[in-house]
Amino acid sequence: MSLAWRDIRHNFGRFLLTCVGLSLLLGVVLSMIGIYRGLVEDALALVRGLGVDVWVVEADTRGPFAESSRIPGDSREAVARIRGVAAAGAITLQTVETLHGGRQLRLQLVGYQLGRPGGPASIAVGRGIARAHFELVADASSGLQPGELLRLGRDVYRVVGLTRGQVASGGDPVAFLTLRDAQALQFELAPPSARRERARGADPAASDTVNAVVARVSAHVAPTAVAADIRRWKHLQAMTQADQELLLTRSVVDRARKQIGLFTVILMMVSAVIIALIIYTMTMDKVREIATLKLIGAPDRTIVGLIVQQALALGLIGLGLGTALIFLVKDWFPRRVILSVEDAIALTAVVLVVCVLASGLGVRLALRIDPATALGS
Amino acid sequence: MRHADPLIELDSITKHFGEGEARVDALRGVSLTIAPGEVVGLLGPSGSGKTTLLNIIGCILEPSSGRMRLDGELLFDGRWQRADLRRLRLDKIGFIFQAHNLMPFLDAHDNVALVLHLAGQSGAEAAARADELLDYLQVGHRRRAMPASLSGGEAQRVAIARALANRPRIILADEPTAALDSERAGIVMDLLRRLAREQEAAIVVVTHDEKIFPRLDRMFMLRDGRLVDGGARP
Repeated sequence: MSLAWRDIRHNFGRFLLTCVGLSLLLGVVLSMIGIYRGLVEDALALVRGLGVDVWVVEADTRGPFAESSRIPGDSREAVARIRGVAAAGAITLQTVETLHGGRQLRLQLVGYQLGRPGGPASIAVGRGIARAHFELVADASSGLQPGELLRLGRDVYRVVGLTRGQVASGGDPVAFLTLRDAQALQFELAPPSARRERARGADPAASDTVNAVVARVSAHVAPTAVAADIRRWKHLQAMTQADQELLLTRSVVDRARKQIGLFTVILMMVSAVIIALIIYTMTMDKVREIATLKLIGAPDRTIVGLIVQQALALGLIGLGLGTALIFLVKDWFPRRVILSVEDAIALTAVVLVVCVLASGLGVRLALRIDPATALGS
Repeated sequence: MRHADPLIELDSITKHFGEGEARVDALRGVSLTIAPGEVVGLLGPSGSGKTTLLNIIGCILEPSSGRMRLDGELLFDGRWQRADLRRLRLDKIGFIFQAHNLMPFLDAHDNVALVLHLAGQSGAEAAARADELLDYLQVGHRRRAMPASLSGGEAQRVAIARALANRPRIILADEPTAALDSERAGIVMDLLRRLAREQEAAIVVVTHDEKIFPRLDRMFMLRDGRLVDGGARP
């Protein structure tokens, strides 16, 4: 005979309402974990999406994501000639804002050389870039559709294809265009400024600058060896894909990661306090019943079981409802929320521990109830 | 109907709370014996020590001095742990309360079966015994009713069934008729008398209700912690 379940069933409406309240809190905890996962996944999406092994950037920098990096465009040819490099491509990165459908659209632009590493790994809708100019492949999260025209700088680009899951560390959708178009957009001056530069003797056309060179290495060649070869040149910095991923998670999103982690811990502590208060109140409501149980000879384990089982039921039902709620609304979040089975299992374990600890207050109260209380009228 | 071996024996029981100036002597040398089959009343004004005495007989409270035997066993002699006293209550003592104190989340049947579960009986045994008792007390037709939907008399009969579930030798009743009208109070007391005879149990009733005095075998009057009338017949 489960006294905990009978008591829950007796006050089911009130218990369910309490669970719903707790589910909102635990749902926020789960969403924070999901946002954290999404943040890390987004930070790595672009780096992983390019499918390269080695990143070559400006010497003494940790570019192109953690720090600014500018190297000459012909660095690609030098990198491509290194033994073990199967293919190399130059890329540029920049963030732009433009208008789309009357709304401000923020994009992470990646300029790459057609047929070389640095472009989208796969096209989900439409086709890849086929022309040298004014074509664009954007991520579906941008809201752009194939065939749409988009003004970037002084030129109009046609969206020819869509990718999926390609976002920058800030969550902005990635759009690919040719390296030449990206360089023009990033480095070329508007005609009045160009005329002024020419007038003072500068060469405004010198814009063959890239942010990084990415390379794929041949089979059975260690990317670390290729990176070490490149670093010997002194004027370039090279890192492997693994180094770049570590850099992004440790540096670019580290503060946000810690912030979310700390917030999640605080939320768990708040949840523990709330569960403890709920269980304490539920125990207070049953003082007479517990006194009667003690008086008629119920062992302490029966009374402790009643309280702990209710605390666990509260936590598990609350977590279940919270998970369902966040699962339903996760796509409405402005940033990606990734709910993984592993995280759900880990949170369940944490909630179970928190419930047991939080029920301690109620258990302490229950064990101190004098059985004689039952005899008082 | 008096038997040679008493079920309850109290010898010079005292109980005080606090020390020094704050000391309150709740019981001052109470001695009494109650035999199987007896229904005795414990009377006295408020603060006379009735509840303290009931708590001591119910093994909830330890006396400050004196000796107590329940069903032949000498208690509070230093060998008894809290868990032993709990087990003793479960096995040998049945409690009936003024406000019935049924578990509000269990139906009538399960309120009775609960005690049997606590004593370690199987579900089937407990269910059969609960049904038997509820039928005996003429509330079998209300076995699935929740306490909130029972009348005062029905709830008190279910509470009596719960007190009898483990076939206790001692039944302690705290104002069992206080919430009942005269007719129902009489029915409950007749029932207790019958149970005392049939089960050879000793029943101690704390009461202020004069209407039930004629149904008591003896009455003990307490005043200021002393027995002033040690077991007169009503």
